[in-house]
Amino acid sequence: MKLIYEKSQAGRRASVIPRPEGLPVADVPEELRRGEPPRLPEVPEFELVRHFTELSTRNFGIDNGFYPLGSCTMKYNPRVNERLVMLPGFAQLHPHQEEDGAQGALELEWRLQEILAEVTGLDGVSLQPAAGSQGELTGLMLVRAYFEDRGESEQRRKVVIPDTAHGTNPASVTMAGYELTPVRTDARGNIDVEDLRGKVDEHTAALMVTNPSTLGLFDENIEQIKEIFRSAGALMYYDGANLNAVCGISRPGDMGFDIVHINLHKTFSQPHGGGGPGGGPIAVRKQLEPFLPVPAVVRRDDGSFALDYERPKSIGKVRGFTGPFGVFVRSYAYIRTYGPQLREMSETAVLNANYVLARLKGAYDLPFDRLCMHEFVLSARSLKRDHGATALDVAKRLMDYGFHPPTIYFPLIVAEALMIEPTETETKETLDAFCDAMLAIAREAAEDVTLLKEAPHDRPVRRLDEVRAAKNPVVKYGFDTTKAPQGV
Amino acid sequence: MAAVESYPDDLKYHEEHDWARIEGDEAVLGVTWFAADALGELVHFEPPEAGATVTKDTSYGEVESVKAVSDVIAPLSGEVLEVNQKVVDAPETVNEDPYGEGWLIRIRMSDASEADALLDVSAYKNVVANQ
Amino acid sequence: MTHPFLALTESDREEMLRTIGVSSIEELFRDLPAGVRLGRDLDLEPALSEQELSAHLAQLAARNVDTTRELSFLGAGIYDHYVPAVVDTVLQRGEFLTAYTPYQPEMSQGVLQSIFEYQTAICELTGMDVSNASGYDGETVAADACYIAKHATGRTKIVVTEATNPQVRQVIKTYAPGFGLEVVEVPHRQGTTDVDALAAAAQDAAAVIFQQPNFFGCLEPAPDLAAAANDADALPIAHVDPLSLGILEAPGRYGCAIALGEGQAAGNVMAYGGPHYGFLAARQDFIRRMPGRIVGETVDTEGKRGYVLTLQTREQHIRREKATSNITTNQTLLALGGLVYLTWLGPQGLREVGETCLALAEQAKRRLQERAGLELLFPERPTFKEFAVRVGRNARDVVRDARALGVHPGYALGRDYEGMDDVLLVAVTEKRTPDEIDRLADVLAEVAQ
Repeated sequence: MKLIYEKSQAGRRASVIPRPEGLPVADVPEELRRGEPPRLPEVPEFELVRHFTELSTRNFGIDNGFYPLGSCTMKYNPRVNERLVMLPGFAQLHPHQEEDGAQGALELEWRLQEILAEVTGLDGVSLQPAAGSQGELTGLMLVRAYFEDRGESEQRRKVVIPDTAHGTNPASVTMAGYELTPVRTDARGNIDVEDLRGKVDEHTAALMVTNPSTLGLFDENIEQIKEIFRSAGALMYYDGANLNAVCGISRPGDMGFDIVHINLHKTFSQPHGGGGPGGGPIAVRKQLEPFLPVPAVVRRDDGSFALDYERPKSIGKVRGFTGPFGVFVRSYAYIRTYGPQLREMSETAVLNANYVLARLKGAYDLPFDRLCMHEFVLSARSLKRDHGATALDVAKRLMDYGFHPPTIYFPLIVAEALMIEPTETETKETLDAFCDAMLAIAREAAEDVTLLKEAPHDRPVRRLDEVRAAKNPVVKYGFDTTKAPQGV
Repeated sequence: MAAVESYPDDLKYHEEHDWARIEGDEAVLGVTWFAADALGELVHFEPPEAGATVTKDTSYGEVESVKAVSDVIAPLSGEVLEVNQKVVDAPETVNEDPYGEGWLIRIRMSDASEADALLDVSAYKNVVANQ
Repeated sequence: MTHPFLALTESDREEMLRTIGVSSIEELFRDLPAGVRLGRDLDLEPALSEQELSAHLAQLAARNVDTTRELSFLGAGIYDHYVPAVVDTVLQRGEFLTAYTPYQPEMSQGVLQSIFEYQTAICELTGMDVSNASGYDGETVAADACYIAKHATGRTKIVVTEATNPQVRQVIKTYAPGFGLEVVEVPHRQGTTDVDALAAAAQDAAAVIFQQPNFFGCLEPAPDLAAAANDADALPIAHVDPLSLGILEAPGRYGCAIALGEGQAAGNVMAYGGPHYGFLAARQDFIRRMPGRIVGETVDTEGKRGYVLTLQTREQHIRREKATSNITTNQTLLALGGLVYLTWLGPQGLREVGETCLALAEQAKRRLQERAGLELLFPERPTFKEFAVRVGRNARDVVRDARALGVHPGYALGRDYEGMDDVLLVAVTEKRTPDEIDRLADVLAEVAQ
């Protein structure tokens, strides 16, 4: 398919910019003026629409089918939310509008904060962070501010992270200026408590985990873990990526966590948009509230809502304004369609995952033989050993069956990992069709492995040369120096 | 075309999958077949500068494939005399010939006795077997 | 009780539980210690139907005074530019809206190619060699750039101009301690940055960050600022308005190492601050230090052209604690909106938007002086689509009184800059008309001084 630049013809355009008559001439000083214009595409509106429509047909979203990416929570994105964010009172509201002109927005934010405090079992909430990773970094900044306030920051330099952690966790630790202490996972898929005991002391600032873990397993020793960190005077940070498993059933605050980030684009249905936007609000225990980012969204005694900048101990600001407001509208609306029934959302997610696990565990290796939560990890290790079929090959062959593959090669502690999270928004028929496909692929691996090796067969492209892309990166269109390949 | 698995007898090895060929008071350094195989086809080598100091057991550069990046650990300390430009230009040379054309840097050793702490080929083969 | 987003019937559930080998849903949670179970319903208001939800949200929206209800000259980083209908047409396609990050490229050529096209557009606008797929916003990409500068130069001082957006500076300062960076500000002089003062501060700096046009709407001597930074071996980083780049020179053409900014003005609605997208582009030397996703071109096994995420070894999922950033989810859909908008504009349209804003702002400057008797704060400085004007008394009170007459006259600068309690920052976009400008002048004539 051609690039939009390859469809461009000088002199065409889609826009008309009104220009009133009789305006004064204003000049940009010569030395600041644009020389060569940028080579933006020149296309009429209908070509623009055809181009992006065609591009969309070469893509696969939740609207197209089953999308079991582990720890991504690819659940249905309610359409009413797309209508609600377009209400002019939301879409056309300037973030610098005076407080009395933004009471609806501030009230929505305040209510969402209250909801998230209840769901997490914690006290204070900031909606500011733009995504889970930023929530993590913000949380670690809170940890630092907390210990600085107590005069302990010099001594506490380490953050403990399990070997199953998502890559953002260690990256956030480094960006926050901490050192990483890894801890092992035991044969049950829990954090190895003995290994942990030896690694937590007065030099530890915090633990950073998700529970259930990226293995989809609830840590059975969570209460012991809480005791270890409490005794050491350290804090516990909860990565909310897997919150979909436990809403209304168990709350991170009750598990002992002091800081939690929530992924609004996972648990609370903000559409993933091909890679964002997201939302990563954080909830904290009372003693950490003073350090939250400014401004805080508060409700005054007279019932009106305001932005409070008087937070002398605040860590500052991590993102512009109060955060990604359009994301809040959708998540707030989503939660209001459930109310206390959020519990059923999580129960269904866990039921769906266990059903798929039960149907598949005979044909694939199961690293941890336990009931799972909202997701589980299988291994294609035996398929590789016996037939040369890797997790990658299974993933590509699934595309031929019309499914988006699950996450592969993560978590790192499982070889040939396939991490599967069905979510609650799937019928039993869809789950069965997916299981049938996975079982068929396991059989194909034994009978005719080239079907897997040469997959996918029916997508717009076959397997792509990632080595070439990394060795000689071509990251933008070359204009004169490249021609559209034949047959494109 | 990736090389077949091999570990030459005449080299010294480091448990982080690096090798050293001692030549008088100089040494040539590189990564072993095991490292190259684990990473997959290399797409990038980030070398130190000529004249820089490398320190035993610390990183002196990075090698990258599509799916992973790895520090290259110095088995010996010294001053960098030469960087293998062939690998900089064509990193896949390391996969094709990890001990020959795929050498990474040449150093002048600052302390030849450090070589005593390195593994011989059978000790290193043990390390590989236990991975 | 059925819920529209849950599909299992009673018999589905029974069959599934049987297959799993447990007798109840409760049993699926048997690994949870008793001490961590909530044991009660969540204390949340009862579920709303779609109809009730719509009514509730409409009530909340109705309590916001948006630009359809009030003539507004607010700017200060977020702008009321016209967003054409085609943006929503594209963003509402479910294949884009509901897709995940394109880790499986064969399923995601739509998103991947559109990001490649976006990267190209940003490089064209800024005169740079490589762009990422977007950052969170114009504030955090500035913090990202500080991280690049630290690792590229080995230095730990960041110089930023006081005339740079206050929120940008605040976010940089929030990130700086964790990065091990020190932040130094160069004060403005009569609305722009003095080159000599910046040159002095740039010694031993990793980077120098300036905004063009700056927060006051004034045009900085950008090529000279970049030269001063380069002379000190500090990276010049320009924080730019994307809609100014049809009439202002591209930072890559006057010596900058990195160009970045807030993308909202190009194709996103204001939405009370987000979601939007930050853009970040750099010279070729920095390609391996770029944070965030980058899409590259390649071929498939049949030689057909295709697109993949590339240089992923920079990113958190591979490099983990040594990653160039922890960013994962970014702002792809909003950046796609930016691409659609820039495609809709074309190079002519971009120039015309810039010229129209410039001319209308000039008109506003004159009318406010003639018709409302107000004084410009920086009369000697050329400006783009915003300018600072003295209103004779506390600017916040003037805003309140003007709003009572249906006009929001602009941003009160006193909260961010000393000695400017009586100053308003007035933004004029291509959506404003000469009649609306006259109305602003009349209202200010009445409420100012």
